[in-house]
Amino acid sequence: MLELLKSLWSYRGFVFSSIRNEFSARFARSRLGGLWMIINPLAQVAIYALVLSNVLAAKLPGIDNKYAYALYLMAGMLAWSLFAEIISRCLTLFIDQGNLMKKMRFPRITLPVIVVGSCLLNYVLLFVALLVVFALLGQWPHLHMLWLIPLTVAVTALAVGIGLILGVLNVFVRDIGQVVPILLQIWFWFTPVVYPVNIIPERFRSYIDMNPMFPIVSAYHDILVYAKTPDIQQIVVTTVIAVGLLLLGLFMFRRAAPEMVDVL
Amino acid sequence: MSLLTVNNLGKAYRVYASEFQRIGRWFGLPIKPSEEHWVLKHISFSINPGEAIGIVGQNGAGKSTLLKMITGTLQPTEGTVHVNGRIAAILELGMGFSSDLTGRQNVFHAAGLMGFNAEQINEVIDNIEAFAEIGEYFDEPVRTYSSGMQMRVAFAVATAIRPEILIVDEALSVGDSYFQHKSFDRIREFQAQGTTLLIVSHDRGSIQTLCNRAILLEKGTVIKDGKPEEVMDFYNALIAEKENATVQVRELQDGSIQTRSGSGEASIESVTLHNAAGDPIEYVSVGENVSLRIATRINSSIPELVVGYLIKDRLGQPVFGTNTHYLDCKLDSLEAGETVNYSFRFAANLGVGSYSVAVALHTEASHLSRNYEWVDLTLVFNVVNISQSEFVGLAWVPPTVECSR
Repeated sequence: MLELLKSLWSYRGFVFSSIRNEFSARFARSRLGGLWMIINPLAQVAIYALVLSNVLAAKLPGIDNKYAYALYLMAGMLAWSLFAEIISRCLTLFIDQGNLMKKMRFPRITLPVIVVGSCLLNYVLLFVALLVVFALLGQWPHLHMLWLIPLTVAVTALAVGIGLILGVLNVFVRDIGQVVPILLQIWFWFTPVVYPVNIIPERFRSYIDMNPMFPIVSAYHDILVYAKTPDIQQIVVTTVIAVGLLLLGLFMFRRAAPEMVDVL
Repeated sequence: MSLLTVNNLGKAYRVYASEFQRIGRWFGLPIKPSEEHWVLKHISFSINPGEAIGIVGQNGAGKSTLLKMITGTLQPTEGTVHVNGRIAAILELGMGFSSDLTGRQNVFHAAGLMGFNAEQINEVIDNIEAFAEIGEYFDEPVRTYSSGMQMRVAFAVATAIRPEILIVDEALSVGDSYFQHKSFDRIREFQAQGTTLLIVSHDRGSIQTLCNRAILLEKGTVIKDGKPEEVMDFYNALIAEKENATVQVRELQDGSIQTRSGSGEASIESVTLHNAAGDPIEYVSVGENVSLRIATRINSSIPELVVGYLIKDRLGQPVFGTNTHYLDCKLDSLEAGETVNYSFRFAANLGVGSYSVAVALHTEASHLSRNYEWVDLTLVFNVVNISQSEFVGLAWVPPTVECSR
């Protein structure tokens, strides 16, 4: 493990330049460049807000902002987009970089780190954009938002853990790459991002606790929409799961790394 | 101390009945792969600083696999590779280049991929720019480059900092001939400074000029490790011998190694060199008219016979070779028991030095189609300068001179 960190440290220059290159490559030939990374989720939010606000807005208790549903959507989307982006990029990471891995010697661990770095960069930009939109809709930044820092770490750990496991498996069993986007889609709809949790029928309510993304998304709602301290206990459970998955992912990555090049 | 030690190296590609079994193995389940395909086995050698080693072998012999394990992109299944120092490979130039970034940005990125930090790169970036010689393009996106320009930048990065071991694919062409010379100069310069070269090539000439040792791989094992000349002779014989016959190697009195191969339908009885008077000679003066006499015997009837010879210099570099196919003197339908004598007359317009002659009996244009017999070092002769003005080089190309002032 120490060795892993050491090699990562000595390749920090490569990691940073990769993230920067990826970012600047986006600006290279399109006028809006990296803005598309923000426009995309915002457009999605706008669509949901337009289509569903009349149906669902009334179900949001406890806030008296007429744009409450839009705020709710954006808060959830912020968390989910980071989660989904890391997973889907980790999923095809080793296959996409197969050629490089076959031809060059470098610490493989830099690859997922680059993905995480570049996803976090997008996330921060999206967050800043959301702050602007929130301010326009009458929700000003507040101190509770500091909670987002540990939450971001938790959701990143969870996503990287899942992403690494799936990414490694995908090298050997390519069906994983096909089935995961579908599962992510299903998972998205089983997580209260678009709808409030209270519209779930009582008898199904207990199942939602099995979803490790539920506490995270709820915490984002608590912080960004309701401006209150999130439910710590729930988040701790998710964090423990996240750390467990992350360790499992790293273990599998270490075991699979020598064989990956053989089958790529 | 050796720079690189390869010890009992082996690589197997494993196939499992199901990929889930492979995954189970990572977690320590005692599962055996359903199939193991060994591409390399029992490879051992060590390399000292400043050596230049040619790795030769036919396609699929395991050259790339070996190099990948040496560079560390592939993990060996058994055995170890121990390296003292940094390895740079110019096998795949331009890996990791992104077409939307400028040459300069790509240099930083690619050097980072090689493990250098920003400081080290800053130190050499001007050198890289100067070496690549692509002018203002260095700060333009790589997509606007010609492929040669991209190669120039890639080569400049790959060799920006002298490695202890440099792996070169000889077939790799780096841009135009000007830059090729420039890049080979740099490789030689590194070698002079103590870098060990590992060169993969099929080209006899470059192996013999650049290397002082060659390793021949065949079917995943080292079958010959020695002087480039011997190894290349053996390799040539091996290519000719794909069919059936054997390759024989025997040590001559002077310690050099003679390789003899062929299917044996025809054999070489004697090879001698004679002067204009017909006396056998060993010393030839520059420009002297000589004849190379080759006596052959037909052992079983063959449809066609072509005799070829190749004069090589002391390093084994081909100087001149031809055969009776090209000379329009091939014979058809030969019967067992016949003997055929050839006499090739030529002026020995050769530089001073020692030369050897390899002779081959085959059909059609080269010994690759059907090789009856191929013998290296059938004859060794020396060229001495008795009558001509002083000159250097392998060939005697006498000029007349006029000068004006």
